[in-house]
Amino acid sequence: MNDMTRVERAVDSKDIKINAKQVQVYYGDTHAIKDVDVEIEDKTVTAFIGPSGCGKSTFLRCLNRMNDTIDICRVQGDILLDGEDIYDKRVDPVQLRAKVGMVFQKPNPFPKSIYDNVAYGPRIHGLAKNKAELDEIVEKSLRRGAIWDEVKDRLDAPGTGLSGGQQQRLCIARAVATEPEVLLMDEPCSALDPIATAQVEELIDELRSRYSVVIVTHSMQQAARVSQKTAFFHLGNLVEFGETGQIFTNPEDPRTESYITGRIG
Amino acid sequence: MPIVWLFLIVIAISAVGYVLGRSRALHSAGGDSRNLHSLPTFYGANVALKALIPAFGLLIAWLLLQPLYVNSQVSGMIPDTAIKEGSSRSLVMAEVRRTADGLNNAVSQGLLTEIEAANPNADNAEVTRILKEAGQVVTSDITQPVLLAAQKHRVMNTTGYSIMSVVIILAALAGTGISWWQTHAEYRARNVVEQGVRALLLAAASIAVLTTIGIVLSLVFNTWEFFKLYPASDFFFGTTWAPSFSGRGGASDLGIIPLLWGTFYISLVALLVAVPIGLFAAIYLSEYASPRVRSIAKPLLEVLAGIPTIVYGLFALLTVGPLLLDVFGDGGLGWMKAGTAVMTAGLVMGIMLIPFVSSLSDDIINAVPQAMRDGSYGLGATQSETIRQVVLPAALPGIVGAILLAASRAIGETMIVVLGAGAAARLSLNPFEAMTTVTAKIVSQLTGDADFASPEALVAFALGMTLFILTLGLNIFALYIVRKYREQYE
Repeated sequence: MNDMTRVERAVDSKDIKINAKQVQVYYGDTHAIKDVDVEIEDKTVTAFIGPSGCGKSTFLRCLNRMNDTIDICRVQGDILLDGEDIYDKRVDPVQLRAKVGMVFQKPNPFPKSIYDNVAYGPRIHGLAKNKAELDEIVEKSLRRGAIWDEVKDRLDAPGTGLSGGQQQRLCIARAVATEPEVLLMDEPCSALDPIATAQVEELIDELRSRYSVVIVTHSMQQAARVSQKTAFFHLGNLVEFGETGQIFTNPEDPRTESYITGRIG
Repeated sequence: MPIVWLFLIVIAISAVGYVLGRSRALHSAGGDSRNLHSLPTFYGANVALKALIPAFGLLIAWLLLQPLYVNSQVSGMIPDTAIKEGSSRSLVMAEVRRTADGLNNAVSQGLLTEIEAANPNADNAEVTRILKEAGQVVTSDITQPVLLAAQKHRVMNTTGYSIMSVVIILAALAGTGISWWQTHAEYRARNVVEQGVRALLLAAASIAVLTTIGIVLSLVFNTWEFFKLYPASDFFFGTTWAPSFSGRGGASDLGIIPLLWGTFYISLVALLVAVPIGLFAAIYLSEYASPRVRSIAKPLLEVLAGIPTIVYGLFALLTVGPLLLDVFGDGGLGWMKAGTAVMTAGLVMGIMLIPFVSSLSDDIINAVPQAMRDGSYGLGATQSETIRQVVLPAALPGIVGAILLAASRAIGETMIVVLGAGAAARLSLNPFEAMTTVTAKIVSQLTGDADFASPEALVAFALGMTLFILTLGLNIFALYIVRKYREQYE
């Protein structure tokens, strides 16, 4: 690597949070992700769109090494978080996941109280010195998850007793509680009704002021509504990546155009 | 006619009925099966079922009722004077049945002719000799009333069975005929067969339930008999267990407390061994082991469940007991007097229970949705943190259920206790002393030479009833917890 690129990276790293270069992912013999290059900016919502099975979720799970829990999955290439390779041997994937939080497709609150759900991450990572600090973290996170007003009177109630949309916002609050720098969301609204979806989308827009958010979605309207940058995946390739407005109004690649106009997918 | 033949004939009739019904249905549809309401096989099955079910139902009912009827008829023939002192009518009737069987055997072996067997004036000693020669166990010389009763018994049974054969074959033929006559293209044979299948499944289910009720009733009646002879308060609150076999009643102390204590203590030791090991094994198998290791280790662990408990008992007696004696006996710490002790039986029973706990817990841990684990990993938790704080709490009700099922198994265990823990009923806290359990005492009370009507023998039923209620309560509690858990993720 020559000096020139190193200098460039130092300049870029001010606003580029995650820089993925030539990423390849294999499931056993299947080549699931091919030569993906993406730069994810800080304090921006980046949307990954594409037909089912195109690899967008797989790529998302590479960003916090969730794929490590799958035995047959192999990742090649460089994924740099703040200029550091997250697949480096010295990086502890457990620490990484505290920094790169994740919200899943189906709301998955633990079978514990609402309070304990949110306090789970801070307790594991020792973020609070005492009960008062923990209370503060829980309240702050629930406020950021835009669910505080709905649950403040019943923090001891089980998290599984909330409605679907509330559960998903609880999961977002839970992810936020560990003070992540990046928030990955894997189709966070696919199990929700339109009203809950609108609430979560509004929340995502608010989260942008603090975090870099990456969202995988099947809904192109949703991508257009919430994101500033959009990446279009097709058959394991990154076809096009750019400003959301650009992708949806004037795509360069004919495949992107076919997908957003509904001809493939 | 032997029952086997009757059985085969009825099956043959129904097989013929199957073919006839099928062809009649096809014929009525003009040879085109598309014009039939049901597939041709359903018409055949309809006829076959209607031949089989009434005939077999009648056969079973007849076989159950005929001995009752014959006994009541023959019993009236025995005068009260023929019943010896110290004997009873039921004992004499048993003798009558044995004699009747002996006459049958003798006739079939050619030692007696039919006429000789039915001869009311036959020499009793001669008949006794011939019966012994025919291999029949006859306790004493046959008396005149017994011989007469036996001959009557034999005649009634023979004619009864002949009538039965005719009636049953007629029933099978009638069933075939009627259903054959009913068969035509519009007949809804498929629905009828469906009803038949349903009835069959229902019958299987009710046999299981009725058997349970039967077992409970037999326990209840005998327990009732016991409490008429022995005060219930002494049984439930007595702290000594000292049955006497020589003195009848009164002299025995039959307090259940030492036995319950032994049962509880041994089960506790067993669970202390089985629960941690089984649970940790389950966690390893379901969370850490690779699919390859799991596919080998899980069946191997379950082999433990297939070892007969008597083999575990031998293991306790010959290996674990002496081993513990080396360490804790007079040569070592001096706490233990003999190889048979609570500790020996408890340890071995614990080993036996490991697969129960591990296999059930493994299934339950696997049933915790992957989304729970992903959620925890996604927050930066390690594997053991995830298991301790998310997976185990989610699986806890199910695991408690598994432990309770293992506990009821431990309470009911007998062979390991008999061989491993000794036979002394004792109230003690020292786990290196011999103790015994309820089940082991049930065995020893019933295998002794006590009179069956004495409290020393009947106490076995009271013990069994107590144990049954205890384990039933535990099982219901376990099932309740398991069911509550299942509703959580639906």
